Amino acid sequence: MNEVCFKNIDKENPSSLATYEATGGYSVWRKILHGELSPEAILGELKTSGLRGRGGAGFPTGLKWSFMPRNQDGQKYVVCNSDEGEPGTCKDRDILRFNPHSVIEGMAIAGYVMGATVGYNYIRGEFMEPYYRFEEALKEAYDAGLLGCDIGDSEVNFDLHTHLGAGAYICGEETALLESLEGKKGQPRFKPPFPANVGLYGMPTTINNTESFASVPDILARGGQWFADLGVPNSGGCKLFSVTGHVTKPANFEIPMGTPFSELLEMAGGLREGRTLKAVIPGGSSTPVLPAEDAMKMTMDYDSIEQVGSMLGAGSVIVMDDTTCMVAALTRLAHFYYDESCGQCTPCREGTGWMYRVLKRIMDGQGKMQDLDLLTSVQDKIMGNTICALGDAAAMPVESFIRHFRDEFEYYIKHGKSMVTKVNSDG
Amino acid sequence: MISDKAKQQIDTWVAKYPAGCQSSAVMEALKIVQAENDGSLTSESIQAVADYLEMPVISAYEVATFYENYNHKPVGKHVIRFCHNISCMLNGADDLISYLETKTGVKIGEVSEDGLVSVKKVECLGACVGAPMFQIGDRYYENLTQQKIDEILDGLK
Repeated sequence: MNEVCFKNIDKENPSSLATYEATGGYSVWRKILHGELSPEAILGELKTSGLRGRGGAGFPTGLKWSFMPRNQDGQKYVVCNSDEGEPGTCKDRDILRFNPHSVIEGMAIAGYVMGATVGYNYIRGEFMEPYYRFEEALKEAYDAGLLGCDIGDSEVNFDLHTHLGAGAYICGEETALLESLEGKKGQPRFKPPFPANVGLYGMPTTINNTESFASVPDILARGGQWFADLGVPNSGGCKLFSVTGHVTKPANFEIPMGTPFSELLEMAGGLREGRTLKAVIPGGSSTPVLPAEDAMKMTMDYDSIEQVGSMLGAGSVIVMDDTTCMVAALTRLAHFYYDESCGQCTPCREGTGWMYRVLKRIMDGQGKMQDLDLLTSVQDKIMGNTICALGDAAAMPVESFIRHFRDEFEYYIKHGKSMVTKVNSDG
Repeated sequence: MISDKAKQQIDTWVAKYPAGCQSSAVMEALKIVQAENDGSLTSESIQAVADYLEMPVISAYEVATFYENYNHKPVGKHVIRFCHNISCMLNGADDLISYLETKTGVKIGEVSEDGLVSVKKVECLGACVGAPMFQIGDRYYENLTQQKIDEILDGLK
């Protein structure tokens, strides 16, 4: 446990340059500055490592980096997506607070590999403590001569800046993030063109999640194969999982991919006394909910979670026990997507409002049995019909909650109240 | 409209972006100006930011109304931003929000009579392992209980 992004978390001053360097930090970056590591070798190690995008999409990081036209003239950019806001997700916040140098080194390496000399770390606007920590780390790195122009006479250039968001979930979508970074409303762009060709200010850009960047230095220091072997086939390495909800010790855990869910649940202290597991959302609010029996079958890796009918997403495990009213839980999520839809695509803008209002009607005791088909029909019209993945993200919880817990929704409609007698606000 | 101090702060953000891309700093510029004007924005202050960054006022206005962190009505000296998303809800956020409303006498979206606090329900703040939680200013307060809320409120001046 805690072998990569969290390896310094229990040390004194975990975020300091001294702590980071004491455990091998910046050794890869120094090798690059001494001309001892080629971009091709780095891409090879990354591909071997099996590292997949930790923000939720799971796209292979090495492959993503290889899409950049690195020998093309003109400015290119590396952008870190620290706009963490998917309900249930709070891992990047801890990386920024406790291991900011790993993100800086990861981004600098990325810049070198892709021929980008400028990077931006887009941090959500509410993350002020992480922002100050990251800024301190950035200052330390500049003062130590690790960033800037012609770093240590190496002819390598890399400048890194922070950018703060201002409260919009949609900016976690990479093209919305670029719009926002350009000082506009965060509305996603059509793809293609992909950011690797037309990104920030119209220039080639690669965007990765905070945890992805933070994993890179250790992968290169210890070898792609070492990282791959920590995990299971198709899910290399270890990954941070945020375990929240009805557990006794909610926390972030960095564990090998392929760890059984039952073990992770135990690490989080298990359920409260006298409670039984009802449901688990395994990868953040956008991923389909799983009933307890399916969740208990999964191991924490891409393939296993897909086999039981959901997705690993950002590794945000929301645990719900038998006191949870699934109608109330879904209504809460539906309100979130309604609130956060950017309004650009009609199916999402209108559909999220419809879904929330219909669910609210059920919660208010005014529901009709045909509302369940109406909800299914609305979510079906959103799926696949929007510019970005937020439409699907809003639709998937509705589909899966109703499919797995239809009896609870029917009970609520028939009786005007929850089937669960002790409803989930019991701290 | 924008003080020299605020202009200096805005300039440090402008310096981060390529020449001619100063409108990238609009999000921070609006926050800086908002902070100088008791926590909310007006048409005049948005206009001033647009003028300072040499961008169309409509673009600044779009940003000011798209993102949640900008206020367009007066707010309290301390804005309590209570998360009510799923992990917080599962851990009793709704009851604590009601408690906060009763305790302060301030309803969601309103400002206390003395102007000290306003309360806002917000979406996930990304601190779910510390649920239930809220934010005041730059700071997160996690694992809230009624007693903790009492102590925090007592400390607000």
